[in-house]
Formats: sequence, C-alpha cells, structure tokens
Amino acid sequence: MSIILDHVNYIYGQDTPLAVAALRDVCLQIPDGQFVGIIGHTGSGKSTLAQHLNGLLRATSGHIYFDGEDIYGKDYDMKKLRSRVGLVFQYPEHQLFEVDVFSDVCFGPKNLGLERREVELRAYEALRKVGLPDELFYQSPFDLSGGQKRRAAIAGVLAMKPEVLILDEPTAGLDPRGRDEILRQIKKLQTESGMTIFLVSHSMEDVAEYVDRIIVMNRGSVLFDDVPGEVFRHYKELEDVGLAAPQVTYILHLLKERGLDVDVDATTIGEAAETVLHALGR
Amino acid sequence: MLRDITLGQYYQTDSVIHRLDPRVKLGGTLLYIISLFFFSNPLGYLAAAVFLGIVIKLSRVPFRFMVRGMRAILFLMLITVVFNLFLTPGREIVSFWKLTITVEGVWTAVTIAVRLAMLIIGSSIMTLTTTPNNLTDGMEKMLRPLRVFKVPVHEVAMMMSIALRFIPLLMEETDKIMKAQIARGADFESGNIIKRAKALVPLLVPLFVSAFRRANDLAMAMESRCYRGGEGRTKMKPLVYQRRDRVAYLCLALYLAVSITVGRLVWLWI
Repeated sequence: MSIILDHVNYIYGQDTPLAVAALRDVCLQIPDGQFVGIIGHTGSGKSTLAQHLNGLLRATSGHIYFDGEDIYGKDYDMKKLRSRVGLVFQYPEHQLFEVDVFSDVCFGPKNLGLERREVELRAYEALRKVGLPDELFYQSPFDLSGGQKRRAAIAGVLAMKPEVLILDEPTAGLDPRGRDEILRQIKKLQTESGMTIFLVSHSMEDVAEYVDRIIVMNRGSVLFDDVPGEVFRHYKELEDVGLAAPQVTYILHLLKERGLDVDVDATTIGEAAETVLHALGR
Repeated sequence: MLRDITLGQYYQTDSVIHRLDPRVKLGGTLLYIISLFFFSNPLGYLAAAVFLGIVIKLSRVPFRFMVRGMRAILFLMLITVVFNLFLTPGREIVSFWKLTITVEGVWTAVTIAVRLAMLIIGSSIMTLTTTPNNLTDGMEKMLRPLRVFKVPVHEVAMMMSIALRFIPLLMEETDKIMKAQIARGADFESGNIIKRAKALVPLLVPLFVSAFRRANDLAMAMESRCYRGGEGRTKMKPLVYQRRDRVAYLCLALYLAVSITVGRLVWLWI
C-alpha cells in the first residue's frame, strides 16, 4: 500500500490574473508505514501537497496512485479514499462543532455509515489514543484548553481508522510541552499501528527527532528528499530557502571545523551528545 | 467552490478608471443607473451602451469577468422577462392557451432585460475597479452632510469596510472548514433539501464561532489602538479631486445630456 505521485502540478486560480503554480512537477514515492516530514517555508506548497494526498485538491496535471490505483480514475471512490487517508488540518480545533467531545469524534466514523456500536467503539478508542482523559469526553469541545481541543480534533480523524495520517502543522500555537506530547503520541501511533504518517511543518527542530524521511519543499517543488541526516548536510542551502537545520547541526559543524572529530549527521540532542563524548574519548 | 462570485469583487490592474476618485465612480454609477430609467426609445439605450463600452475599454477589466457576475442574476432576469412578455396587455401578436404575447409585452420584456444587464454591468465596473476600502471612503465623504441629521456616517462606513474586508476571510474560512469536514467524510452535495440543510451544521457552527472570535479580536485590536469613532479622526490618504476627476465629471455630464436628449426627445419626431 504505497503512495506514488507522478509529475504532479497544481495551479491556484487558473485563468485569473492571480494564477500561482503551487506545485511544480512533484514526483514522490512513499512506502507503507513510513514517517515522513514535509518541510517548507510559508507558501512553499506543503499544505497544498498534503491536500492532494486525499483528493481534496485535484492536480492540474499529473497522477497520484494510492495502493496502485489512480485516484483520478473514472470509477475511483473518493469518499473511500478520504476514509483511508486521514487529514488533520492546521488548527483542527476550529472544525469542532458538536455539543460534546464524544459526539464530535463520532462524526467521522458515522459518515462512513458504520453501525452505532462500532462508531462509539472507534470514538472511544481514538480518544484514548490521543490521551484525552475520560472526564472530558462529555464536555463541550469549546470548554477545553487549546491543547485538549487539538487532541479531540485529531481523535476525530483517527476514529475513521485511516491507513495514512496527514497532519498539517499539528503543533502550531502550542507551548513546548504540548508540542512534545503531541509529537510523541504521533510517533507512538506510527510504531504501534504501522500507519504511514505525514507531518507537515516549517520547523526542522520539530520533526528531526521523529521522522524517517524529510521532504523539503521550496516554491512548489521538491528541493531535498532524504533521511534527516543527509538533508541537514545541506544546511546552507536550507537557509537560502528560509529554513534552518536543527541547532545541533550547527554546533556539530562548528566543532568539526575547529578540529573535533564528530559525526555531523547526528540529528537529535541525544545523538549529538553521544558523538561529542565519543570524539572526546569518554 | 466559492470563488466564482464576481459580483462585488475587485479586479487588480492599473487603468484610468481604477485611478479615479471613488466619489466620481459612485456618483457616476448612480447617475448612470438613473439615466437608464429615463429612456423611452432604443436610441437612449444605444447611447448608454456606447458609453458603457468606452468605460469597459478604459477600465482594462476583461469583459468576461463582468459577464460572469451576471450569472448570479440570470434567473431573476429570466423570470422578469417571461412575466413581462406574457402579462402585458396590448396589441396581440400570438396567442395560445391562456397566454398572449403582445407588441407592448415584447417591448417591455426586451427593455427590462437590457436595462437589468446594463445596470449590473455598470455597477460591477464600479466594484471591479475600486477597492472596498476606497469605496467606503468615498461613501463616507459623500454622505458626510447627513451628519447634520444625526446619521452616524463614519460608523456606518467603518462597519461596511469591516464587513467587506471580512468577506474574503470568511470565504477562505468556509472553504477550509468545508474541506476539513469533507476529510472527515461529510457530504455537502447529495441528498434532499432537509438532509443538505442538516449537513451544513458542521460547517456553520465552526464558521460562526470563528466569526465571533475574529470580531472579538478585532474589537480588542481597535480599542488598543485608541479607536473611538470618527470624531477628530484624520485620514492617511484623504480624498482630493484631481484633474482627471474633473474631466470625468465633465464626460459624465456630457453623457447624461446626450443620452437623455436622444433617449426621450428624439422619440417624439418618429
């Protein structure tokens, strides 16, 4: 069950004076169960790319294959695709609408036409997965804190049991603790259930620790596509497109320049500490 | 999805019409619309059409943009035309069942269609060539005399510009929420009317919540910048008439004189 993007182009506002190419010739292949980070500056096309993956936006040209099937094919069931590819939008808490959290989470599975028991079972499971405490289940979603609202909204998508989960800036506007908690839970989801996960972000620091692969977007095209360590090697080019490598990359490069034999590919603070200690012979 | 509405939209380009003072455009549009109701013969409409054509050419806005805006009122136009065509008493042309078409009916139907079309195109030129902010600025200045009668002109203008400013934002928001709910399996397009109305709840609730939140934020932002109504408030770019605005007024007067002369008086000779 892989996703293949074949020369995908997308133009916003075609035939108007404001036409902008949001995606240019994007070719990608994403195997099952991978944790992918899509990184880019504002307006680089990362959110546009995310919305193509579940068919919300239709490519101006090019093809997308999900599980070997062309999603733009004549008889392709888009509704089914959307239940298999879950998309959590930026600030997903803005889509909550029900009277209580539990009913809101039920909305997705209910739309799939499942029977009531199954719907409620899934909703309960999803709420547990995002770590929302039981006593909040029957509160109004508007009474929750920002972080709790976001969890509830993510649960709303998880309850549909998607095979692929796309999260568009899931940590935007959260404090560092809320951010780490959400990211850790997402990582847990991937390792435990084998979901393919796309994490859209503008911050390398956020994703470096968790993802298997980083796709760097710039002006609608793929600039780099590799494992984090390899991508961060291009930290100078990343700066040119308004991004930055994690801070440890800079420190390690500085240390290396000054003659300390460290491994500059370390991406997390833990790895960096290890290589520095190793270089110091301790 | 929602981007097809061109009525009231601004088309960005640089033209003589774009640069005119909004008061000229407002006044001009109003006079133009009034003039349309003065004509009693086709020559008047011809004059109005020529004038409109020149303005469209000068505005450098593609004609199809204005036509696209007309699609919204096509239905209304059709109804008016049909009613006038069949229900005007007078000299009979054809008659079947209970319906008769009369000479007068044809004449009124055609006039009304032409009038409506020109009215819509004429006013869409104003909105296509004037930014909403400019428009409300112009309105505020034009209506200022009404303050004597205790009409809160500034407040009304401010409310209008805020409302106009928020239309694209709310449209974007609607688009976003709609997509988010579609991603959760919502279906806005199938089913009967009741089912569709119910399907709108997941869209409308978040939309209202966000509108209130935005209004709250905006009020806070305005207050923290010491906004306290129009009293003693100055403008960064005050509206001042230029030479081109005077020329435009002259052209307008000329148009009115010519069109009303041919539109009302020439008829008597034929």
